Amino acid sequence: MTQQFYVSPEQLMKDRADFARKGIARGRSVAVISCADGIALVAENPSPSLHKIGEIYDKIAFAAVGKYNEFESLRQAGVRYADVRGYSYDREDVTARGLASVYAQSLGAVFTAEQKPFEVELAVAEVGPTQAEDHLYRLTFDGSIADEHQFVVMGGQADKVSSAIDQGWRSSMSFADALRLAMAALVPATETGEQPKALPVQAVEVAVLDRSSESSRGSRRAFRRLDDADITALLA
Amino acid sequence: MQESTANQVAANATSSFTEHLQRDRPELLPYNRGHQATVPGTPPLQVPHATTIVAMSYAGGVLMAGDRRATMGNVIASRHIEKVFPADRYSVLGIAGTAGIAIDLTRLFQVELEHYEKIEGTLLSLEGKANRLGAMIRGNLPLAMQGLAVVPLFAGFDTSAGVGRLFSYDVTGGRYEEHEHHTVGSGSVFARGALKKLWRPNLSEAEAVSIAVEALYDAADDDSATGGPDTVRQLWPVIYTVDRAGARRVAENVLAAAAGNIIEARTNAGREA
Repeated sequence: MTQQFYVSPEQLMKDRADFARKGIARGRSVAVISCADGIALVAENPSPSLHKIGEIYDKIAFAAVGKYNEFESLRQAGVRYADVRGYSYDREDVTARGLASVYAQSLGAVFTAEQKPFEVELAVAEVGPTQAEDHLYRLTFDGSIADEHQFVVMGGQADKVSSAIDQGWRSSMSFADALRLAMAALVPATETGEQPKALPVQAVEVAVLDRSSESSRGSRRAFRRLDDADITALLA
Repeated sequence: MQESTANQVAANATSSFTEHLQRDRPELLPYNRGHQATVPGTPPLQVPHATTIVAMSYAGGVLMAGDRRATMGNVIASRHIEKVFPADRYSVLGIAGTAGIAIDLTRLFQVELEHYEKIEGTLLSLEGKANRLGAMIRGNLPLAMQGLAVVPLFAGFDTSAGVGRLFSYDVTGGRYEEHEHHTVGSGSVFARGALKKLWRPNLSEAEAVSIAVEALYDAADDDSATGGPDTVRQLWPVIYTVDRAGARRVAENVLAAAAGNIIEARTNAGREA
C-alpha cells in the first residue's frame, strides 16, 4: 500500500484555489451592468449557441465564465430550483438572494468535498422596479458570495475590464449606453497601448433584463436575448 | 465507475419539469397529492366543476373561449372563474372538469413549457406541447376513475407550418387533432350545434370573437351549468386569440359589445330561440 504524504489543509486549499483561478483566468470576460433601463449582460462569446448568459426566472438572469459543462450544469440546477420554488409557492417568492445562496452552498461543497473544484465564476442578477432594488451577486469557485452594486465583471481580464467600466459607468445609462461601454471595455488591451478595435457584433453575446417588461412587452419575463440584428440596431 | 457516472448524468438530464418533479418532489404533482383510493360505492366528491369551452380556427389563427361559471351539483360555485389560460407565447388551453385539479394541471403545464424553453433555449414544437399535455392528462387517470376528471382543449399557432391548430383530449390522455372548431364541457353539445351553423371558413378575428360569444350564449341557454353573459355584474366570457404574433386576451369592452349585440338581436327577434 502506498503511503499518503501529509499535506496541510492550508496548502490543500491554496492548491485547489490556484487550480480554479488558473482555469477561470483562461476564459473570456463577462460584464453585468445595472442601468436605468434594467440590467445588461454582455459576454465575449463567439459561439451563437453555447451560451454564457441564461434566463433563470421572471426577473432573474445568470452569467458565468469558466468551464462550459460545469456552469451549464449549475445553470440548469438553478432553473430547476427556481421553477420548483415558483410552482410550489408563488412566482414572486423566487428571489436572486435565495438562488445565490443555493449556488454558494453547492460551490462550497464541491470545493471542499470533490476531487476537483469547479473552475467557474457566476453572477446572479435580479432586476427590481427601481435601480436601487436591483441585486447583483457574484459567486466564486470556493462558494464565496459577494453582493455587488452597479456592475460585476468576471473572467480572464476582470481587473482591466472592471476599471474601464468603472470610469464610464453612470446610473442614468440606457441599454445602448451600457452595451457600448461593455463592448469597449471587453476589448483585449494591446501590449503596445494603441487604441484597440471595438469588438464585432458576432463576437459578443448580449441579453437584458428589462425593468419595464410588463408595460413595454406585456410579459412578466424580463429576460430578453438580443440577436446580432438587435445589437446592431441598439448600437446604431 | 467512469461509465456509471456518465450514465447517471445522462439519465438525470431532463428538460421536462414534470419528470423532474416525479423524480425529486413527487408530492408536488397535482395527481400525486395524497389522494387515497376511495372505498367502492362511496358517492363522488362534491367539488366545483368547470364547464363549457369552445375553440375555432379563423383566418390566420385560432381562438378559444370559456364561460365564467363553475358548478357544484346544483349550486353555482363561482361566477368569476376563468377557464382559458395562455400556456405560453403561442398556445392557450381551456379546461373542463374538476376545477381544482384542472387549475393545478394548467399551472404545471405552463411551468413545463417555460422550463423546457429555459433549459433548451428554444420553444417546444406545437405537437410536442400537445403530447406533453396528453401525458399529464394520462397521469390524472386514477383520479378520473374516481370522478375527478379533467378534459382540456388545446390550441396554438404552429410557427413552423404557419397555421393555427386545435387539439382535444379524452380522460386517458388520448390526443385528437380537430379541424375548424371543437367544444368540451357540459354545454358542449349545444355550443357545437351553434358553431355548426355559425362557423365558416376564413372568418375574420372580430367575426370569430362574436361567433364564440354567441355559441356560449346558446350553450348557457340550454345548459344550467354554463353561465351566459352577466350584464348585472358585467361579466363576459374569457377569450384568447392566437396568431403569428402570439396569444392575446380579447379586451373586456370588445366582449361587452359582442354580448350586447347578441342580446339585442335575440330580444328584437322575440322568438323562442
